[in-house]
Parts: sequence; structure tokens; C-alpha cells
Amino acid sequence: MLWSVILLSLQVSGLALLFAAFIGVPFGAWLALTRFRGRSLVLAVLYTCMGLPPVVVGLMVYLLLSQTGPFAQLQWLFTTNAMVMAQTAISTPIVAGTVMAAVSGVEPDLRRQLLSLGATPLRAMWDVIFEARFGVLLALVAGFGRNISEVGAVMLVGGNIEGFTRVLTTAIVLETRQGKFDLAVSLGLVLLGVSFLVNGLLLVLQTRTNGVWRAV
Amino acid sequence: MSNPIIYHLHDIAKSYRGRSTPAVLVPGVMEIRRGEICVIVGPSGAGKSTLLRILGMIEPPTAGWLMFDNQRYDANTQPALSYRRRVVYLFQRPLLLSQSVYDNVNYGLRVRGIKDEQNRVQRAIAQVGLQHLTHANTRTLSGGEAQRVALARALVIEPDILLLDEPTANLDPANVEVIERVIRERNQQQGMTIVLVTHNLFQARRLAQQVGLMLDGKLIEYARASAFFESPVDPRTSAFIRGDMIF
Repeated sequence: MLWSVILLSLQVSGLALLFAAFIGVPFGAWLALTRFRGRSLVLAVLYTCMGLPPVVVGLMVYLLLSQTGPFAQLQWLFTTNAMVMAQTAISTPIVAGTVMAAVSGVEPDLRRQLLSLGATPLRAMWDVIFEARFGVLLALVAGFGRNISEVGAVMLVGGNIEGFTRVLTTAIVLETRQGKFDLAVSLGLVLLGVSFLVNGLLLVLQTRTNGVWRAV
Repeated sequence: MSNPIIYHLHDIAKSYRGRSTPAVLVPGVMEIRRGEICVIVGPSGAGKSTLLRILGMIEPPTAGWLMFDNQRYDANTQPALSYRRRVVYLFQRPLLLSQSVYDNVNYGLRVRGIKDEQNRVQRAIAQVGLQHLTHANTRTLSGGEAQRVALARALVIEPDILLLDEPTANLDPANVEVIERVIRERNQQQGMTIVLVTHNLFQARRLAQQVGLMLDGKLIEYARASAFFESPVDPRTSAFIRGDMIF
């Protein structure tokens, strides 16, 4: 039972991080590299979304997927798809905001220098993002941390169904409510361990891409 | 017989947000000939770098136009990649990627899809005297070494035009000597057109075939080097050459 819960936690949070990275990395880089009318408003919305209460996100996803919602025909409510959707919504702003900060920290003229060396705009943007790779990796670590530790949204849209949508955080809530504190604490330690392992893996990746350790 | 004209500038002006009227950088006409070293001198804030960025098609002019090899470029024109790739602009600060010296110098070839089969990268690195640092990460380089890598990265592409923005600012004499030597070699051996911006009049004397003086955002004199230094037309040019405090 424990292994299936751990695997499902990793699967849901990992998949959500993948989607968040797919949307958040280019969006954050684009925000860092472009200036347009209304950018301040977009940034204000993004910063607000970085601190979205998971339970509110869960509620929104619930409403979207419920019988009366616009996506009812998907029949995703109380499935892992809904959990992935909710966690993607939670971690995308975090990934985008952190990537934006990282790319903004790269020397602003670097992109123009790369363009002058013959790069296409897309290639120059990619190389600037790669230059900020440590910040991008940090964004992924932060996004994963947010996903794996989140409970409110997955509880609402997943329902904590044993063997189907139960993940580490919802299992801890259940065991605590049932007074099984030993098991709850054990699950909490497992959650910490899983989080440590994944972040450690990302840090190893960071060290390898850099050759030597460098603070973000 | 003089070389053909590669750049023809006409009433170039540039304004930035917050300034009501465009600053006229080049009143009238300015021409740069193929295969020459043209040096633009002037004090800081005179508009030299702005003019250079317009030549490099990095920023469009607000008003006026320029012809680059018979292709018109103005406020409403986006230069084609094929044209842009014939000109390389080197920023004052060496803007290198956090990779090895080799990877940095190879950048221009990589983005063009050219394989370095003739050791062009190694030769460019050797020309700036940094072959012993080929595989070093650029974060470990000194300021002078980084500037030399930036120059090698521009040279490896063998562009028609090389635009250099204060390439030796804050460098020691040894690094200045290397960079000036490489500039001269590429100009003489390959006929590379080089436009260089500096506030160092001595450097202009050493390198230039054509010299322009910019003051207060405007090109006030533009002439052959001999005429510029020996018989300047504008009294402010005479004062600048004498070393008087003008700005």
C-alpha cells in the first residue's frame, strides 16, 4: 500500500511539474525578455498566482470538472488527471515567476550580442534561458516541492480514494484523523525523504551541467 | 582608386523614451568604405555607441536611413537575417556564455550550422593568444582575456563588418596591444571593414584611416585620418585633438 501511495505521489507531482515546466519556463523567459503595454498588470497577476491557496485552486478545478462545469464530459473528477490539473495550476506560476527572475538576472545585452553573432531570435532566447539554467533548475525544485507537499487541492479533486487517488499528503491527513499518529509521522518522514531524494537528484544534475558547484 | 561604399548614412537621428526630440546623430551624409578602419572618437555620452548600434542593425534609427550594401534600413525596416549575419557588433563588456572558451568562440559557426572542419575556432583563439585556455570556462578568465575571447568569437565568423564598442576600455597595455594587432591583421589580410568607437585619441591615431568626432550626440567632423588630425575644419575638433576639456 505504501509503495503505491509513494509512486502515485511521484507520478502526479512529476507529471504536473512537467506540464508546469512546459508552460512556465517559456512564459517566464518571455516575460523577462520582452516589454509590452500591460506587462506590470501581467506581473501583478503572476505574483498573486504564485501565492494561490491550493484549496482555492482545488475548488476552481472542482467547479470546472463537476457535473455542471464546462469540462464535465471529461469525467476527470476524482481521478489522477484532476489532481495533475490542479497541481499544474498551482506550480505553473511558481515556475514562471522564478524563471522570469532568473532570466532577468542574465546580462540584458547578452541576447542582443547573440543576435549580432547571427543567432535567430528563438535560438538567442534559448541560449539566454540556458545561461540562467541554475535559476531554471531552482524553479523546477520549487515547483516540485510545492506539488509534492500540497494537500488541499488533491483532496478536493482527487477524493483520497484508496488505491486510486490516495497520495502521501492525503494519506497523512487520513491517518491523523483516525488517530494513527505513528503511521502519520512515518508517512511524513517518507514524504520528506522522497522530496529530499528528488531535490538531491536535481542538484546533482545542476552540478553536472556546471562542472563545479555554483550558488544560484 | 578608393574602395566602394559599404555604409551610406543619411540624417540619422535617435530618440529614447523620456526625451521629447530625437537627437540628431549624423546630420547630412556619412559614408564608410569597404575595407577601411573607421574610428569614431568623442567623450562619454556623445552618442558613439548609439551610432554603432544603428550600424549594427541592433537598434533602428528614429529618423533618417542608412544603406548597407545597397539595402535600405530605417525605422520601419527589419533587417533580413542574411544581412544581419554579415555584421558583428561587439559590446564594450565581453558578454560571454558560461561555457568553455572553445564553445564561446564556436558560437557563430554553430548557429549558422557550420562545422569547424578547418580549425577556424582554434586559429581564432590562437590569433588572440589564448590557445592555452581553449578548454577553460569563461568564468575563470580575467577581463583582458574575456575581451580577447569576445573578439575571437566575432572574428571566427569572418564578417564583412566588425563593429567594436570601446574594445580596449579598462584593459592593460599588453591586452590593448594584442587587440589592436588583431584588428590591423584582419583589416590588412582579409580586407575586413572595421568601425571602432573609442574615447582614446591615441588609439584613433594608431588605427584609423577615417575618423569621426562626436560631441553632444552629433557627428561634428568626419574626415580622412590625416586631414582630421592635421587640418581639422571644426574648432572643436582642434580643441579635442589638443586635449582641451570639451564635452
